[in-house]
Amino acid sequence: MIRPNALTPKLALSFGALVAFGCLVPLIVEDYDSYQITVAFSYGIAILGLNILTGYNGQFSIGHSAFFAIGAYTAAIMVSHFGWHPYATLPFVAMAAFIVGFLFGFPALRLEGLYLALATFALAVATPQILKVDALEHWTGGVQGLFFDKPGALLGFSIDQSLYYVTWIVFVALMALTWALLHSRSGRAIMAIRDNPIAASTMGINTALYKTTTFGISAMFAGLGGAFFAFANAFVSPDTFNFFIAVYLLVGSVVGGIVSIPGALLGGLFYVFGQEYAEEVSNLSDLIPPPWVTFGIFLILMMYFAPFGIWGAIERGMARLKRVSSS
Amino acid sequence: MKLKRILLAAVAASVMSGGAAVADSTGITDTSIKIGNTNPYSGPASAYSVIGKAISAYFKEMNTKGGINGRTIEFISLDDGYSPPRTVQQVRKLVEKEKIAFLFQSLGTPTNSAIHKYMNQKKVPQLFVATGASKWGQPEKYPWTMGFQPTYDVEGEIYAKYVLDNVENPKIAVLFQNDDYGKDYRDGFLRGLGDKKDLIVSMLPYETTDPTVDSQILAMKDSGANVFVNISIPKFAAQAIRKSCEIDWKPLHLLNNVSSSVSATLKPAGLDCSEGLITAQWMKDPTDPQWAETDGFKEWSAWMDRNLPDADRGDVNYGLGYNVSKLLHHVLDNCEDMTRKGIMGCAANVKDLELPMVLPGILVNTSPTDFYPIQAAQLSKFDGQKWALFGDVIDASN
Amino acid sequence: MDLFLQLTLAGLAIGSIYACVALAVVMIYQATDHFNFAQGEMAMFSTFVAWAIFQSTGSIWLAFVLAVALSFVAGILIERIIVKPVESAPIFNQIIVFIGLLMIFNNLAGWFWEHTTKSLPSLFPEDMGFSSTLISSHNLGVIVFTLALLLVVFMFFKFTKVGLAMKAAAADPDSARLVGVSVGWMLALGWGLASAIGAVGGVLVAPIVFLEPNMMSGVLLYGFAGALLGGVNSPGGAVAGGLIVGVLENWARQYVPGGSELGLTFALVLIVGVLMFKPAGLFGRVVIKRV
Repeated sequence: MIRPNALTPKLALSFGALVAFGCLVPLIVEDYDSYQITVAFSYGIAILGLNILTGYNGQFSIGHSAFFAIGAYTAAIMVSHFGWHPYATLPFVAMAAFIVGFLFGFPALRLEGLYLALATFALAVATPQILKVDALEHWTGGVQGLFFDKPGALLGFSIDQSLYYVTWIVFVALMALTWALLHSRSGRAIMAIRDNPIAASTMGINTALYKTTTFGISAMFAGLGGAFFAFANAFVSPDTFNFFIAVYLLVGSVVGGIVSIPGALLGGLFYVFGQEYAEEVSNLSDLIPPPWVTFGIFLILMMYFAPFGIWGAIERGMARLKRVSSS
Repeated sequence: MKLKRILLAAVAASVMSGGAAVADSTGITDTSIKIGNTNPYSGPASAYSVIGKAISAYFKEMNTKGGINGRTIEFISLDDGYSPPRTVQQVRKLVEKEKIAFLFQSLGTPTNSAIHKYMNQKKVPQLFVATGASKWGQPEKYPWTMGFQPTYDVEGEIYAKYVLDNVENPKIAVLFQNDDYGKDYRDGFLRGLGDKKDLIVSMLPYETTDPTVDSQILAMKDSGANVFVNISIPKFAAQAIRKSCEIDWKPLHLLNNVSSSVSATLKPAGLDCSEGLITAQWMKDPTDPQWAETDGFKEWSAWMDRNLPDADRGDVNYGLGYNVSKLLHHVLDNCEDMTRKGIMGCAANVKDLELPMVLPGILVNTSPTDFYPIQAAQLSKFDGQKWALFGDVIDASN
Repeated sequence: MDLFLQLTLAGLAIGSIYACVALAVVMIYQATDHFNFAQGEMAMFSTFVAWAIFQSTGSIWLAFVLAVALSFVAGILIERIIVKPVESAPIFNQIIVFIGLLMIFNNLAGWFWEHTTKSLPSLFPEDMGFSSTLISSHNLGVIVFTLALLLVVFMFFKFTKVGLAMKAAAADPDSARLVGVSVGWMLALGWGLASAIGAVGGVLVAPIVFLEPNMMSGVLLYGFAGALLGGVNSPGGAVAGGLIVGVLENWARQYVPGGSELGLTFALVLIVGVLMFKPAGLFGRVVIKRV
């Protein structure tokens, strides 16, 4: 899935169906499930950012946990210390994360592949440490973190359902936005930089500007995801946002389908529910190894049988069906 | 018989009324109780998952003997990997999907903090949490949460007092883990020092992702400290002990209780290097020969033989798991009102209970205003072989 | 002055472990062009195997040799069986496979051997006729052993046919095939050697940090940083990088204000800073020329 599908009635219809289905879900399942899916969405939003940066722009990041954390903490600080309504913080979360990502994009220009990975990794590892620093304790809550109330219930729905709807709406809006971006001239430039950076700059594309801006956008998405994550759990704490989150985001991204938009949704769901199923499988018998071993095996098998991620597999499946039915 | 019928009817009524606030007996029937737990079976704190295993084994055995208070125990223990968001997920699952009666001995300070408000909002008991943080004993604000083990900050105060009473010209170095647990201890120690905080010449943190604490120990020796307060988990405590030995630094070494296990910490560090270490204890160390002939130890040892024969006996957490299971057993056995509120009430009504693997002289006491079941400890010094208790049992309950 | 010296020597000792990990990482990178995230966990697993052998035989050197040999074989098998199917897949897929391996090894070790801290005796006994408060005999042994290992690896790549074949297979698989090099088996060999080196690192580090399933997670981060600092194309660079990271971190903790809380951060910032000026690592370019 190197470039996103063109706007056809079929695409619009499918997207609409997806949005509608998503809206139906909380009405059928319990509050706990809505909460879980909301957490999956928050990861999904961050993964979408990662897909843009790595899948569509070719810049490697194993540090998105840092932007996730920035979003979460920005929201938490504004809610806890300044009494803002959670949803009102979102524009600021987006801005803060974008700025940090954009600034990080500059030094990132000099680094390629593995070295960029190291730089992003350094950022991810440094984040919990910085959040715990005594000097910032008044704002960040130090090692304890910050606790606050979940966003209130809306329109007669339960608290969990309401948060689900807001997260879902933002998620689909961001998906549509991403699609629009990738279909524009900028999008073509972004992908050109991924495919052949030298040719791209020869053609007059300001690769430096595009790369840093893409970093900013990607960070912004991750920050928004972080904010929703914070809302869902009603707290933030520094050690939560460690390097492993960045790894899992990458895992979700690849498993969902890194060069795709729906892959982000699938990746987020996989992250949350993959762990659940691994746990259930392991609990079947004492002879079965612990859940993370099962999960690790899942991952490896996924890579063998769905090398383009779940979305890639779906697309190929659909293409094959089309070929079979038209032959 | 009539009483039982009345109770049955009450239970049925409360179940049918959708768990009304007064007589909420979710997860409790006449013949069974569903108990939930979270433990770090994976991740950085996985060493403590032994506690989950011990409790599981205890309930399994009890079930073969007719259960507790006539009821089979369905014990559901989920892995949270010591990650607070995951704890939130797992606990919500336990409460909302599995419909447990209450949460028992969930492990960790940050993890329990994450669900603290939730449990109290949902009015589900968060009983005997496996952490020594000081915030679990606030019955007025959080009536559904109760601690278990002596709190870290009281232990820190005990050490401070010991230093002030026994060391002339103390120059104090403190090593602490850079998280909730470490800072709780540290703050307790600082509180205990009162206005003498300037006696501290070096205060250095470490992260669990650090490979060693060698550089911190080197710096502390260089600072000229003659007292070392070691607030670290077993792996790092062992490193600290061994490094001090290597560089010939011999301060008065106060080791926090969570790392006082002979087999988990002192043996790897080196028994001869550990000579002279002081800790505040409340449990019997299973490798200590002085307890071998006591009833409590024999009871525990036989239980281990029956249920966990291949386990590492030296791990003090098996004793902890056994102790806290016995406490719950006692609470449930003597509880007439088997509803969530009733169980909480019974937990807040324990008087002078002796537990088999707790030091003699330290008893469990709770009341509606005292949600700290165990608040006493005794100082002990390591003689190269075992922890030798000295002084009196220090009771900090107030 | 004493403190400075001790910090530096301690830094070199732990840095040697980072260097071992970095060397293993570079080994795989040279052979396969990819980073194996599971390196640390595999090394930890090998160390548990060594521990288990030690428990039943009582000889640490025997346990060491057997564990290294078994790791070598295991590395080859893992490459041929688990990594091969994704050999030509996009880099991300390979990374996910490595992450999967990481999870499997970490949790399998905990399942087999439990999570309580264990100790492993040093390969270098205390009474070797050397003692000093500046540096322990074990730490000294570690530094010397690592340098010796580096020498062996260097000579392997420079002077042996197999070493040359491995480099060729990594640099240009197609041409290598044309001259009769079995590229697939070179990859496997690379993995085998990397696993063996990892096992060495694990047995060397266990007496310092103690053995438990999470023993290597911190070490891997620093080893990774060291490898990149030194340059992933250079075994010598990797070792130098590992040593520098070890020392740097100790210095940062002690001498930089606020360093005690942010030691790792400072070290990483410095590394990234260096990479700004030398994007292929400190010694990266030099080795490329040699090849």
